[in-house]
Amino acid sequence: MSSTLTLGKALNEGLRKALENDPKVLIMGEDVGRLGGVFRVTDGLQKDFGEDRVIDTPLAESAIVGTAVGLAIRGFRPVCEIQFDGFVFPAFDQIVTQVAKMHYRSAGNVKLPITIRIPFGGGIGAVEHHSESPESYFCHTPGLKVVACSNAVDAYWMIQQAIESDDPIVFFEPKRRYWDKADVDPSATPKSLWDAEVVRSGSDVTLITYGPSVKVCLEAAAAAETEGRDIEVVDLRSLSPIDWDTVLTSVRKTQRAIVVSEAPVYASLASEVAARISEKCFYELESPVLRVCGFSTPYPTSRIEEDYLPDLDRILDAVDRTLAF
Amino acid sequence: MPQSVQPSEGPELVQLLTPEGERVEHPDYSIDLTDDEYRGLYRDLVLVRRIDTEATALQRQGELGLWASLLGQEAAQVGAGRALTGNDFAFPTYREHGVAYCKGVDPVTLLGLFRGVNQGGWNPHDKGFQLYTIVIGSQTLHATGYAMGLQRDGADGAVMAFFGDGASSQGDVNEAFVWSSVFQAPVVFFCQNNQWAISEPLERQSRIPLYERAKGFGFPGVRVDGNDVLAVLAVARAALERAREGSGPTLIEAYTYRMGPHTTSDDPTRYRLAAELETWKLKDPIERMKAYLSRTGIADHDFIEQVDKDADELAAHIRAGCLALDDPDPLTLFDNVYAGGSSLLDEEREQLAAYLSSFEGAHS
Repeated sequence: MSSTLTLGKALNEGLRKALENDPKVLIMGEDVGRLGGVFRVTDGLQKDFGEDRVIDTPLAESAIVGTAVGLAIRGFRPVCEIQFDGFVFPAFDQIVTQVAKMHYRSAGNVKLPITIRIPFGGGIGAVEHHSESPESYFCHTPGLKVVACSNAVDAYWMIQQAIESDDPIVFFEPKRRYWDKADVDPSATPKSLWDAEVVRSGSDVTLITYGPSVKVCLEAAAAAETEGRDIEVVDLRSLSPIDWDTVLTSVRKTQRAIVVSEAPVYASLASEVAARISEKCFYELESPVLRVCGFSTPYPTSRIEEDYLPDLDRILDAVDRTLAF
Repeated sequence: MPQSVQPSEGPELVQLLTPEGERVEHPDYSIDLTDDEYRGLYRDLVLVRRIDTEATALQRQGELGLWASLLGQEAAQVGAGRALTGNDFAFPTYREHGVAYCKGVDPVTLLGLFRGVNQGGWNPHDKGFQLYTIVIGSQTLHATGYAMGLQRDGADGAVMAFFGDGASSQGDVNEAFVWSSVFQAPVVFFCQNNQWAISEPLERQSRIPLYERAKGFGFPGVRVDGNDVLAVLAVARAALERAREGSGPTLIEAYTYRMGPHTTSDDPTRYRLAAELETWKLKDPIERMKAYLSRTGIADHDFIEQVDKDADELAAHIRAGCLALDDPDPLTLFDNVYAGGSSLLDEEREQLAAYLSSFEGAHS
């Protein structure tokens, strides 16, 4: 029986399922309990599962993650909420030096099934530190897995799959899509967490993207269609590791690729995707791989963020350039 | 320059055995052990020092890349380690060889990290002793989290977090204090104040005695003579019992001295005076226990001699075990990055294997 849910509510339902299915699952973060999270993603969970399982924490991000390490060693499955992307950095040390390496350095003896939820990306008119896209740092860190949902259906399943994983996962949520709705069917069979998905089929150009930019790419593809251009869109879903088979199969078909992401372009995940495509599809490509991303600046003030974010026009401009090459 | 704020000893220092080996009473802490237990503590101290001496020698001979000596801190570590019971879990720094010994970790497995063949050769779940943590202070949060897990399991146990005077400045340590206090987590913070954070004296970390910091976080702090194994044992037992009873954390400052360098890569003559070391030699943790046992007749000459023989045997075991720690196979560098595997690493492993095999049959 499917129901229409916002992306935020789908996450909420997914978290509820995880709490129901496994008594070892805990939720911890700032304002996640009584308030239900600043985006209401954890709304009602503390009321139903108690203060010991849905924990309002002191305001200390390093400790949110650091104590999750200890809880995980004890056998729990903590789900940490970092309130905003720009606030993850106090926890960066624990994530990179401790969480990412523990399974490796313990020769597999210590598993840390920790999920770190981070609302990311811009476009909501926020003040600084509330609109960033820090995913490349985590993709660059061996030992972490990194995923990003782009729609309510994926949000519902991916959060449950991430919590079930025995590896630590950084889970990015596209905050400006929290209110986007879709039909979610809890009786459906979910896709693998690690698979990319061709969300629109086309033959002229492949747009490779994830998170909040998936919707922008789909809108760009629809606009291009009116000009007779047939654009394929791949939603990576898993950012580390990447499902290269799906990406490379698509690019070999269209022979043109554009990577779209809000993160600053320099030394980014988009750069890795572009490099890999160039390496693996050198003879099939008709034009250089392009990147349409955030600029290599700090995230700008909200009044000019529309100029920073990859939008429909910048994507279509890149489509023109790759087809004209 | 800030004024010195640390009296070397004061009325607040819990001591049950003087540097001369005389038992003294304390109003809040006491200990009453069997003769076997007193002898056992002496044996622990001697063996732990021998582990350290042998590992330092192995480093000097090129068999270890590095060693972090605990010389001088034997009583602090044995006292704390012997206070831990079966259900208790310890989170060490990289210098807790004595606690590891008390927790049943074979000293040979401590060497893997320093020889470069692994990053900790024991299973923390089996030993109740987490792997060494090198980033300063990180483990205090892990300990706090584990303690919160004990609370949620309704388990009978407590956690001990080890750290040093330098770590007391870290944000993570202060966050651990806040959390453990707010959640009344069953964790004991065991700070070995060995006076030096590599080259930085305590005055660079604190304007007040470290144990006094606990008050501001809402739990008790106590300073104990870290070279007095009996006092450390008594204070650690009381703090662990308090934690198990649900009364929350305690900060123990074990006042001691790092008699050796920070690690074998360090040269303490560049930053501290030899006279300081000589002063602390008079407070040696092993000598005072030996004097106590001899004076009271709890141990005779034969026992002391037997312990030395046991130490020789342990040293031989460590040496042989160290030399037998072979280099891992290069392809194992991809092992255990993830519990669930990774397509990326599968690909890279194949690449390295193919590259390495391209040299097979080549003339060397």
